[in-house]
Amino acid sequence: MLVGIGYPWSDIVEEEPMPAFSSLSERLTATFAHLRGKGRLTAADIDSTVREIRRALLDADVALEVVKAFTAAIRTRALGKEVSEALNPAQQVVKIVDEELVSVLGGSTRRLHLAKVPPTVILLAGLQGAGKTTLAGKLGRALAAEGHTPLLAACDLQRPDAVTQLRVIGEQAGVPVFAPEPGNGVGDPVRVARDAVVEAGAKQYDVVIVDTAGRLGVDAELMDQAKRIREAVQPDEVLFVIDAMTGQDAAATARAFRDGVGLTGVVLSKLDGDTRGGAALSVVSVTGAPILYASTGEGLDDFEVFHPDRMSRRILDMGDVLSLIEEAQRHFDEEQARAAAEKIAKDQFTLDDFLTQLQQIKGSGALQKMLQMMPGAGQMRQAISQIDDREIARTEAIIQSMTPAERQNAKLINGSRRLRIAKGSGTTVEKVNQLLKRFEDASKMMRKMSHGGMPQVPGMPAIGHGGRKSVRKAAKQKRGRSGNPAKRAAQEARLREQHSGPATGSSFGGSPDLDALKDLPGLGGLFRQD
Amino acid sequence: MMAKWSLRGIFGGSRPIDEQTWEQLEDALILGDLGAEASERLVAGLRAQAERLQVRDERDLRSMLRDALAEELSENDPTLHLRRPADAEGRALPAVVLVVGVNGVGKTTTIGKFARFLSRLGKRVMVGAADTFRAAAVEQLATWAERGGAEVVRPERAGQDPASVAYQAVAHGIEENADVVLIDTAGRLQTKAGLMDELSKIRRVVEKLAPVAEVLLVLDATTGRNGIAQAEAFLNHAGATGIVLTKLDGSAKGGFVLSAREEAGIPIKLIGVGEGIDDLHAFNAEAFARDLVG
Repeated sequence: MLVGIGYPWSDIVEEEPMPAFSSLSERLTATFAHLRGKGRLTAADIDSTVREIRRALLDADVALEVVKAFTAAIRTRALGKEVSEALNPAQQVVKIVDEELVSVLGGSTRRLHLAKVPPTVILLAGLQGAGKTTLAGKLGRALAAEGHTPLLAACDLQRPDAVTQLRVIGEQAGVPVFAPEPGNGVGDPVRVARDAVVEAGAKQYDVVIVDTAGRLGVDAELMDQAKRIREAVQPDEVLFVIDAMTGQDAAATARAFRDGVGLTGVVLSKLDGDTRGGAALSVVSVTGAPILYASTGEGLDDFEVFHPDRMSRRILDMGDVLSLIEEAQRHFDEEQARAAAEKIAKDQFTLDDFLTQLQQIKGSGALQKMLQMMPGAGQMRQAISQIDDREIARTEAIIQSMTPAERQNAKLINGSRRLRIAKGSGTTVEKVNQLLKRFEDASKMMRKMSHGGMPQVPGMPAIGHGGRKSVRKAAKQKRGRSGNPAKRAAQEARLREQHSGPATGSSFGGSPDLDALKDLPGLGGLFRQD
Repeated sequence: MMAKWSLRGIFGGSRPIDEQTWEQLEDALILGDLGAEASERLVAGLRAQAERLQVRDERDLRSMLRDALAEELSENDPTLHLRRPADAEGRALPAVVLVVGVNGVGKTTTIGKFARFLSRLGKRVMVGAADTFRAAAVEQLATWAERGGAEVVRPERAGQDPASVAYQAVAHGIEENADVVLIDTAGRLQTKAGLMDELSKIRRVVEKLAPVAEVLLVLDATTGRNGIAQAEAFLNHAGATGIVLTKLDGSAKGGFVLSAREEAGIPIKLIGVGEGIDDLHAFNAEAFARDLVG
C-alpha cells in the first residue's frame, strides 16, 4: 500500500497536449452535447453516433468488415428504448458498445484444452515476427509452474538461428527443448514435430509445444507445410499468435490461417505497447476462435490469461482497471498492507512505513505498468512511461536522510532539519517540502476517512467531460479510494448499488469487478495528483 | 482471394459511378491501412475533382486516385545518404547506419539484405551486433551477414551494453576502412522510455567516433495505426532518417506509412518483400500507390 503520497505527475500530464477526443466516450459526449434538453434521439442523431463508433473502432485497428457488422448491431440497439429513455444517452451507447464488444470477444476466459491421454500437443502458428518463439518459452514456463512437464519442439527450421533462439529461451525458462535439426533451411519440420511427440511419449513429457516458422497467409507452400505438421501431430490446440499492433490485415491473415491450418485459439502478443489492439476483435470475429493468452512484455513471465472485458475497455480506451488491480496486488505484501491500514486507523502511520511500501514497488517496474493501464491514459502513455523508479529512488533518498526520530514524527522536521535532509539526499529543500506536504495531506485525509468522512466515489472517470481536464479529474477521483479496507468495502458497496451491471462485469462507468477491488490495499494513494 | 482484395476488383466492369462506388473506394483505402480519416479525406477530394471534371468512367477514377496518392508522396525523397564523412585529418570514416524498430518487424533480416545490397555495389560493409538482449540475435545476424557478404562485430560477452558494442563496431569499421557500418539494435516498443533512452545513448556514443549517416526505422507492413506512434517515437528518441517498410509480400499494404511519413516527416526509403537475401528494394511511390489502388 502506498498511502496518499503522490508524485508530481500532474506536471507531466499538463505538459502533454491532449487531443480533443481521445476515447470513444469523449467522442460520443461531444456528439451528444448538442442534444441536451431535447430528451429524445432522432434517426440522424443515431447516424452520427454510429459514425463516431465506426471511426473509433477503425482508429483502434478493428477490421472494416468487423466494424460494419458491429455498427449495424449497435444501430439496431441504439434505436431501441434502452437508449432513448436513458438519462444519459451517450453513456448508454458506450455501455452498449462495451457489452457488444465483450460478447464478440467471448464472454469469459477459456482455459487451455489438455489431452485426456498425454502428451497434449500445442501447435503455434503465425506471421513472421509475431512472437511465436518467445511465446513457446513463456507458455512452457507457465505450464511447468502449474506442474506440467512441457517439451519445446524446434520446428522453425527456416529463419536463421530460430533453433538456437528456442534453445536459449528454453534454457532461460527451464524447459527442455527438442531440436534434432540445426535449422537455417536444413531439416524437415514435419518430421521434427512428429519425432517430438514420440520423444515426449517416451520420456514422459505431458505437453509438447511446437514452434513453427513464421509464414504469410498468402504463401501457399508454407501454409501447406503447416497443414502437414498439423496432420502429423494431431494437436489438441492450434494457437494463432498475432501481434496486437496488427492493422486491417488481421482479418485476412486470420482467415488464411483458419482455412490453411485451422485454429482453436488465439494469443495476442506485444500487448504491452500503446496499441488499442483492435486486431483482437478482428481475429475473434473472423475465426470464431477465442483469445486464450496475452503476452505483455519481453520477460518470460510477462504472460497472462486473456480477459475479454478488459480488452474491450482497452479498445475503447477506457483503461484496464482489473489488470491494474492484479498488477498492484502482485507487488504488495498483504501482511504489510494490513499492518499499514491499522496504523492509519490508529493515526500511527509514519514516514518509515511509507518507505517500506516504496521499497516494495521499487525495481519491479510495477509503477509504470500500472500507470499504463489507467483509464484515459491512452494519450499520456508516452509521458507516463517516463515516470520510473528514479522518482521512487529520490523519495527514498529523502526519507533515508532523516533521523529515526524524524521518521517517527514528521512534525519534528523544522527548517534547519529540512536543509540537512536536502543536502543529505542530494535534493533541494523544495523537494523535501513537497514530500512532507504530501505526507501531511495524506495523513489528514486518511484520518478523516478512518473517522467516518466519505471521500468521492472512486471508479472510472465519469462520462461527460472531455479533454485534458478529464485525466486530472480521473486521477483525483482515484485518490478517493480509501486506504482503510473496511471503509473501502463500504465505499465499494455503495458503488455497487450505483453501478449495478450484468454479472459478466461490464458495469460500464464503474469499477468492473468490485470484489477484486476489496482486497486492494490503498491503490488510491498511488494515483494522487496534486 | 480475400487477401489480395484491392480496388482492382471494384473497377473491373464499367458500372456507372454511384454512391456504392465511393463507398467501395473508401473501404479499399481503409483496408490498406490508410486510416479512416485519410481515406475519407482522399475520397472526398477525389469526388469533388470527379464532379468538376465530369468523370464518368471508373477507370479514370482509378488513375486519378493513384495520382492523388502519388501526389501525397511527391515530397518523399528515398535517397540513402551513405557518403563517407571525413575526420579532422581528412581521413574517410565509414557511413554509420543505425537500424531501429519495435520487436519482430524484421530489423536483422533487413540488415542482412541491406548488407548484400551494399556489397553488390562494391562497398565494404561491417555489421555491429548491438542486439545483445534477444536470445540468439547475434547468431541470427551473423548468419545474415555471412549471406550478405559482410563482416560481423560481435559483443565480447553476453548482455554487453549495446552502446559499447556499437562503438566497437564503428571503431573496427574505421580501422578496417569500411565504407558502411550497419548497427543492429534490439527491438523495443516505443512506449518503453528506458529502452528508448538506450537508443539515444547508442547514437551519442557512436557519434564520438563518426557521425551517424542514417537511422533506418523498420516498420512492419501488417501494423495498423500504431505505426504512426512508432515513427514519432523513434524520430524523437533516435532521430530516424528513413523508413524501411517490411513484409510487403503478404496481404498487408502498409498504408499507415503515408500518415507516418507525413506526421513524423520521415521519408520511406526501402521496402522488404520476402525472406530472400535480395528481397529489398528502393521505395517507389508510384508502385506503392499502384499496389494500394490496383
